[in-house]
Amino acid sequence: MIDAWYPVGLISGLTREGRETLLMEQPITVRAGKTGKPEVVTADGRSLPIVERFGHVWTSLGTPEKDLFTIPEADHPERVLVDVGVVRVKCSPLRAVENFLDIAHFPFVHTDILGAEPHTEVEKYDVKIREEEDEVWATKVKFFQPQAAKSAEEGITTEYMYRVPSPTSSVLYKTCPPRPGEWDVICLFVQPLTETLCDVWPWMALFDEDTSMTDLIHFQQLIFLQDRSILENQIPARLPLDPGMETPTRADLTSIAYRRWLKQHGYTYGAELVAQ
Amino acid sequence: MILYDYILSPSCYKVRLMAALIGAPLELRPVDFHPGKEHLGEDLLALNPAGSIPILVDGDLILSESAAMLAYLAGQYAPDWLGEETATSRAMVQQWLAFAHRLTAALGGARLVEMLHGQGDLEALQTAGIAALRELEAALFKRRLDGGTWLVGESITIADVACFPYVALAPDGSISLDPYPSIRLWMRALRGQAGFVEMPGIHRRHELAPDPLTPAEGA
Repeated sequence: MIDAWYPVGLISGLTREGRETLLMEQPITVRAGKTGKPEVVTADGRSLPIVERFGHVWTSLGTPEKDLFTIPEADHPERVLVDVGVVRVKCSPLRAVENFLDIAHFPFVHTDILGAEPHTEVEKYDVKIREEEDEVWATKVKFFQPQAAKSAEEGITTEYMYRVPSPTSSVLYKTCPPRPGEWDVICLFVQPLTETLCDVWPWMALFDEDTSMTDLIHFQQLIFLQDRSILENQIPARLPLDPGMETPTRADLTSIAYRRWLKQHGYTYGAELVAQ
Repeated sequence: MILYDYILSPSCYKVRLMAALIGAPLELRPVDFHPGKEHLGEDLLALNPAGSIPILVDGDLILSESAAMLAYLAGQYAPDWLGEETATSRAMVQQWLAFAHRLTAALGGARLVEMLHGQGDLEALQTAGIAALRELEAALFKRRLDGGTWLVGESITIADVACFPYVALAPDGSISLDPYPSIRLWMRALRGQAGFVEMPGIHRRHELAPDPLTPAEGA
């Protein structure tokens, strides 16, 4: 997992003096270099590799074998790109991603926005670990939502696709109310500070000409902050990769595939390995 | 009436909550506080040189203190929420409005450090926050012994609304509310008020499931 790419800050938030933060317990400084290009250095002066993508600075403590993933849909010039900012959460970085993949909690945690009782059923959907891309994908996910996006006026059945392209990043594609046929792209980029503490950087690429940038940011912050108090109270704090006390149901197929994929690769930073 | 608002700000939520509880009309103008720092931009500094939010604008009146906003909303739409018209009652309401500043500084400060990369001495903020919570717990416990639910008098006042948000969000700053039963009962009563609205981190009150030992009606 040390060779994977991780987000460590917003490109728009870079300063010359820089910001000190942690990546997997290693102190690092993220700053703008003399030319304005981002630099990430460790406490002992080592320069780390950099990718600038999706509004964020990405780095790695190891030697990444492949480039950071891409989101071709997000390159469409008419999309609004939204830097949502950062929220610190006392939870495993893997739990933050796993919660993002879960649909069943919508009516209870995001009541009257992403879900509402009695519309709690998660219909059958497809999950696959795509060997070629080495990514987890869930497709044909459908859910009734009272207000699926800032641009949605009334309740609609929303279709989703979920994608996990790296251990602590997830991309969600969802029906775009103003543009049928296109997908809104909503991402959760997680910076692992320790095994039980993370900085979460949500990011979006949407088709929405009418809503102000501030409203878009607030909508996503509202949603994520509703998750935060839940995430901080999950037990055990680290994500169990083996079945034990937690009993998955049909609605948890994506979570099961994600855990299986993590285990296959030995992506265990923030994971609980001994079944409880 | 326009409220310059940020969805994650407990001080802004105080005003939204107050308006919702008494049915006052409020037009929201979202401010990109994080990550945009819009409150420190030219336009908003012209409105409020302190560079803070919320800001409430009603015609020529500009308010930048949330306690003043609660008093203004209550004065306009629900004068009962200002408390009884006795010297003691008025003074106690003022006392709690001032106390709410301590909650904001300590509990709010800890929350900013823990959640949004704020600066500050976390341990000192948490210590001050816990001291304030213990004081509130003692006061509410005494009120309960005397048969009261609210901070001042027989009914809910702006004092309760002023103190509620930062207390309810204390866990965001890693301060548990488990040791304070009277505070939890008081919060429960407030969350049960008609018109109550939530904010992220403060959930609505769920209806209690039927007691499994009580036979269902008509069974």
